[in-house]
Amino acid sequence: MESMVELVDIVKSFKDQSAVDHISAKVRKGEFLTLLGPSGCGKTTTLRMIAGFEEPTSGKILLDGVDVSSKSPYERDVNTVFQNYALFPHMNIFNNIAFGLKIKKMNKKEIQEKVTRTLSLVQLEGYEDRFPSQLSGGQKQRIAIARAIVNSPKVLLLDEPLGALDLKLRKQMQFELKHLQRKLGITFIYVTHDQEEALTMSDRIAVMNKGRIEQIGVPDEIYERPRTKFVADFIGETNIFEGRLKEKDGSKAITEIEDGQVINVVDDKEKIDEIKIGEVIVFAVRPERMKVSYEKVASRNTLKGKFKERIFVGSINKTVVLLSNGREVVINEPAVDTLGINEDIDDLYVYWDQQDGVVII
Amino acid sequence: MDTTKGKYKKKRQYGHIVTISPVMLWMIILVAVPLLIVAGMGFMTRGTYGQVEYKFTLDNYKMLAQPIYLKILLDSLGIAFLTTFFCLILGYPFAYFVANVSAKYKVILFMLIMIPFWTNSLVRTYAWIVILRTTGVLNSYLMQIGIIHQPLQLLYTNGAVILGLTYALFPFMVLSLYSSIEALDKTYLEAASDLGASPVQTFLRVTLPLTMPGISAGIILVFIPTLGLFYISDLLGGSKTMLIGNLIQNEFLTARNWPFGSAMSILLIAITVIFIVIYFKHSNGEEIEVL
Repeated sequence: MESMVELVDIVKSFKDQSAVDHISAKVRKGEFLTLLGPSGCGKTTTLRMIAGFEEPTSGKILLDGVDVSSKSPYERDVNTVFQNYALFPHMNIFNNIAFGLKIKKMNKKEIQEKVTRTLSLVQLEGYEDRFPSQLSGGQKQRIAIARAIVNSPKVLLLDEPLGALDLKLRKQMQFELKHLQRKLGITFIYVTHDQEEALTMSDRIAVMNKGRIEQIGVPDEIYERPRTKFVADFIGETNIFEGRLKEKDGSKAITEIEDGQVINVVDDKEKIDEIKIGEVIVFAVRPERMKVSYEKVASRNTLKGKFKERIFVGSINKTVVLLSNGREVVINEPAVDTLGINEDIDDLYVYWDQQDGVVII
Repeated sequence: MDTTKGKYKKKRQYGHIVTISPVMLWMIILVAVPLLIVAGMGFMTRGTYGQVEYKFTLDNYKMLAQPIYLKILLDSLGIAFLTTFFCLILGYPFAYFVANVSAKYKVILFMLIMIPFWTNSLVRTYAWIVILRTTGVLNSYLMQIGIIHQPLQLLYTNGAVILGLTYALFPFMVLSLYSSIEALDKTYLEAASDLGASPVQTFLRVTLPLTMPGISAGIILVFIPTLGLFYISDLLGGSKTMLIGNLIQNEFLTARNWPFGSAMSILLIAITVIFIVIYFKHSNGEEIEVL
């Protein structure tokens, strides 16, 4: 597929601190790509470089195949939805949305039509004459989006646009944004630190940490097959195991974990091939992939441990089991399908399918 | 937002009347009473020897309508207008620059603006005489490097008066512009640029309208004192420049016509009030769209 934005080995340093450290990525046409990471990971800086507010220290940015690295923001066919909306306080909603069109010297009638159409797209018909100070947070958000998309940019950049909204409104706006993106077919690059938001909305997610992209892929892949410890840890809950590779059998790694128990990890053959016999192997298992039992379960990975606690979280039961090596394992099971635990029983077994362990770097 | 604040204020004001009463007293004795005296004086008659006769008359105000006084008024407004204009076009780039440099340079630049305030402004005005007079610093320098062969008449011109006034009032313009430009959220500028506006368009459509409160405040702070700073036009304009401030001073001290001087003061105050009213009308409205 053709790429709309291409980042080629981008570096950005502020004084001696590097904010973005050799990033390369391709954003496809019409894609919803999310840059996800903790604060300070360089995601906003990356977005600001695509918008043109920051110039990369080195590297190139291609927009629709054209190098725009040294172009000013006003020369780039991208628009931004700012975190604090940045609606012009001295202009009414009509003039805010029409701003970009007026700059382009579009004729009055056309501007009128476009503004009206865009306002109805964000479900705020009839708000033309109001001022930003008269709108609620959610409404400002929609106007900020309207002001950007009315220009039909090649790429829409969104910098934590839902950060200031309350939870319920945020959920609603997530769906609306996704709908809007599908409807318009504009490429979205979305910055957030909220992993749930990223998983809900994105076509692909680039997980960033310390100025680098740790992993880029579809949400399902990011969640189910995290490549690094950081990704496994940052996205959702996870149990991380460390062991020593005893034997290899194709894509199966026979692993001895710290307390001597042996389990099998089945993953891509290339990943297994990279690890030599006797070396450390780290793998992650999602809590919802694990179950608790009183007995050993054949043909699954089974680890022995002691019951520690159980927390009821609505639809699921969270069970914490203490393994004999001192590590805690969290297991999430549907509330309707959970083994009743008798607190007197000491020994418990935790089990999971061999394919559910993911080898991480 | 402002209205709720206003209501809040009103409620509190009532309870706080006791605490502000010393200030009120001060204002009444030193501002309100003298003003009333001046207002009343404007309707009195000048006695033969310059004393005030308490006979009601409208003659003083009728006299103001004479062409000679109208000309002085228009000249004063003209000079005030030009002074304000120069303060604004010189002050804006300067204030913009100060607002955007790093904190370290900001301190230095502010010092440069503030240091002259430590010297009496009369003394500073005399310094201009030293620079501008026919045998002054500027003329000697220009003759030395051969640009001119005859000294130029720089002092005692309207130009010198405007220069002196601009110099004296420049800091007021810069400070009020600075506070406005400094408070401007830079994301608005980014947003404008993002939406395709060139730096010039961004300035005209976003920066300028959003710093309008600072501009109006600066204009008020420069324009109004200009009408009253009589000593600058006295020293730099000589006998050729007669402005309303000088005229009032003359009527009180030289001509000893207090009633006429009072009438003229009231006219000056009225002009001032009109400008302030225009200012408030402007700054309260939300749609200060310039373009």
